[in-house]
Amino acid sequence: MSEKSTKTVAGDSREKMSHPMERYLRMERIPHIWCAGCSIGIAVNAFCHAVQEAGLDQEKVAVVSGIGCTGRAAGYLRFDSFHTTHGRAIPFATGLKLANPELTVVVISGDGDLISIGGNHFIHAARRNVDINVICVNNFIYGMTGGQVSPTTPLSAHTSTTPYGNFEPPFNLPYLALSSGAVYVARWTALHVRRMKRSMVEALRKSGFCFIEIVGPCPTIYVRRNRLGTSLDIMKDFRERSVVRHGADPKEADLTMTGPVLCGKFADIEKETFTEVVRRNLEAAQ
Amino acid sequence: MRMWRRPLDSDGIRVPGGRIFVIKNRCKGCGFCIEFCPRGVLEFSDEFNVKGYHPPEVAHPERCVNCGLCTLLCPEFAIFSEPDEERDAAPDGESEERGKNDAPVVRRASQTSGKGDGDATGGA
Amino acid sequence: MQPAVLEGEHFWQGDIAVAEGALAAGCRFFAGYPITPASEVAERMAERLPRIGGVVIQMEDEIGSMAAILGASWGGAKAVTATSGPGISLMLENIGLGVMMEVPCVVVNVQRGGPSTGLPTLWAQADVMQARWGGHGDYEIIAYAPSSPQEGFDMMIDCFNSAERWRTPVILLTDGVVGHMTEKVVVPPAEEIEARLVERKVPRRPPGDFLPYRVYDDSMVPEMPVAGEGYYVHATGLTHDERGYPDMSVDAQDRLVRRLVGKIRDNAKEIARYELHDADDADVVVVTYGVTSRLVPPAIERARKSGVRVGHLRLMTVWPFAEWVVEELSSKVGGFCVVEMNLGQIYYEVARCARGRAKTVLCGHAGGGLYGVGEIVDAILKAAG
Repeated sequence: MSEKSTKTVAGDSREKMSHPMERYLRMERIPHIWCAGCSIGIAVNAFCHAVQEAGLDQEKVAVVSGIGCTGRAAGYLRFDSFHTTHGRAIPFATGLKLANPELTVVVISGDGDLISIGGNHFIHAARRNVDINVICVNNFIYGMTGGQVSPTTPLSAHTSTTPYGNFEPPFNLPYLALSSGAVYVARWTALHVRRMKRSMVEALRKSGFCFIEIVGPCPTIYVRRNRLGTSLDIMKDFRERSVVRHGADPKEADLTMTGPVLCGKFADIEKETFTEVVRRNLEAAQ
Repeated sequence: MRMWRRPLDSDGIRVPGGRIFVIKNRCKGCGFCIEFCPRGVLEFSDEFNVKGYHPPEVAHPERCVNCGLCTLLCPEFAIFSEPDEERDAAPDGESEERGKNDAPVVRRASQTSGKGDGDATGGA
Repeated sequence: MQPAVLEGEHFWQGDIAVAEGALAAGCRFFAGYPITPASEVAERMAERLPRIGGVVIQMEDEIGSMAAILGASWGGAKAVTATSGPGISLMLENIGLGVMMEVPCVVVNVQRGGPSTGLPTLWAQADVMQARWGGHGDYEIIAYAPSSPQEGFDMMIDCFNSAERWRTPVILLTDGVVGHMTEKVVVPPAEEIEARLVERKVPRRPPGDFLPYRVYDDSMVPEMPVAGEGYYVHATGLTHDERGYPDMSVDAQDRLVRRLVGKIRDNAKEIARYELHDADDADVVVVTYGVTSRLVPPAIERARKSGVRVGHLRLMTVWPFAEWVVEELSSKVGGFCVVEMNLGQIYYEVARCARGRAKTVLCGHAGGGLYGVGEIVDAILKAAG
């Protein structure tokens, strides 16, 4: 299914144009299902760029995702990709990585999938420092199922299961990740594509449990129902409200509906990975 | 970034030109590329694509410096830039001309009167 | 390094024998969570796997354990987990994922008294229907039921073979008696075991010319690439087409689910294993599986002494159920006596297949203890009418 356009600069035309990242996409399934202005497409685009820039062998990258809008990412990415059950991408990825340590295993999933139903697996994999990369697209809602509240939905937000405004305090994902044991913790908004890509490159090259949160509100449900404008308004809003502070204490990274969005690389530490510890202990036990 | 004087080595600096390709039928009209292009190259076109959106059109092709932001930012993989071998944007001091978002306009060296700001205002 | 196959004679607890059987079958990945009476499997694996170059991990819960073995299988390893009833309840969703993605793996259920927390330290056989119907949706499962530690060892090899052959999760339905009893186990030489291992059905076409869910022969089982070999496989729990891509159509659902179900159902005669003794012109056929197979011989003896001709159908696989055997017998024998440690599970299968042609009696037990011989004899006599 080729999308053709013949209008280019300087008047020349091409029969078929390919975006440079198409080699990493399952083009027979493009266009994807994500809405106009959805940040997931941006995260996937940045991820493709990051794989290329990190110089990884495409055959040795595996993507595991869960259920939800972000969970559909595995279906569009041309790697060995697995679309698993709700919340269980991380333990699946753990098994995959431990059985085949040559693979670079990346989990791409959403806030609800990774942190609500998947919360237990998330903190344990971080605790163990399993060598996987987790990219969490935080859209503040359960989008695929129609807009229910998520553990990252900001206070007072309107969702279909919080029709009077959310009164549950949301998780602070970088804080959760770091305190559970992640060795690389970063947060970027969907606007920060270059820095998001750079973080992804760093995470792909780094051993250990690496966590990147991409803040990108769901335009169709969250943004619309909370009368925050359009997805473009949100991106412009990020330009105003985001504050980049590398090395900031993630405790200060709480998100509210109108407050600043603290972004940056919050942690990049060295710690033995799960496999390294196991190997070391095994040698000692022999 | 405004400069208070022309850098002494500015004659030797080349800012590469870029060429934009829009895969029109993939576009979902989010407007991100148009809004965030640091050189104001793009605008909404009046035409409709198959989905009913207005894809971007390259309104000011000479301004593109192949920064690659649109390539990276588009959620639909519908736009990308490539280096334009035949064209440079030459920085030659300040330009009076301002484009979208107040970005200085860069002309071909042969077209300028020796003035032009070779700044690539940083994107994200 | 230790050998993976501990040849020779051993005096092993059932759980240990099960773990050793897995290792002998080539299993090199275990993910599990402690639960009585299955924890010993995890403990044995924790001791042995690192010494033979395998991987063992105690996951945060049973759900994670099941997900991890699916991932490990896609990574190329033979993988197993072990739990009991409550753990299976948690694992059911991911067992379904294993069925849908067609992932070879083995799940050991050391059954205990239920429902809910029940009798953790005491046995039952009440998870039989759960093994078959526990997950949502239409699917079939393969389940073996050992009746001794020796069978636990041997059947684990069969479980892995079936898992690879049919590309499906396979359940070992053992129980707290067999799991915790200690008996002699003879481990044959490694080459002998090696010779009977079924290896994964790998793709015979290169990437680019291969669809992961197309069946290229007449077996109903597609070839399985593993991650990292350039096949860019996509596997999903959604209904999918031959490319592995989600296909939300009635047609795709029909084709896929019928193949998944048919893969096992249509091949049941090849998969099911049982032993049938003295059934020709029997008055009563006693049906057992697992631990009850050990309990009935003295009762059968006594029943015969009182003049009843008693046969014995010993099921080695509980699923797929050997329907045709019961159907055929039902027109020849007077009755069936199903001896199982639950309040009726395989009993219903036998009654269904008997179609009213033979009387079917249940010798049930809520779990925890063992029958007295007299109880079983009474049930046999009742079935004899």
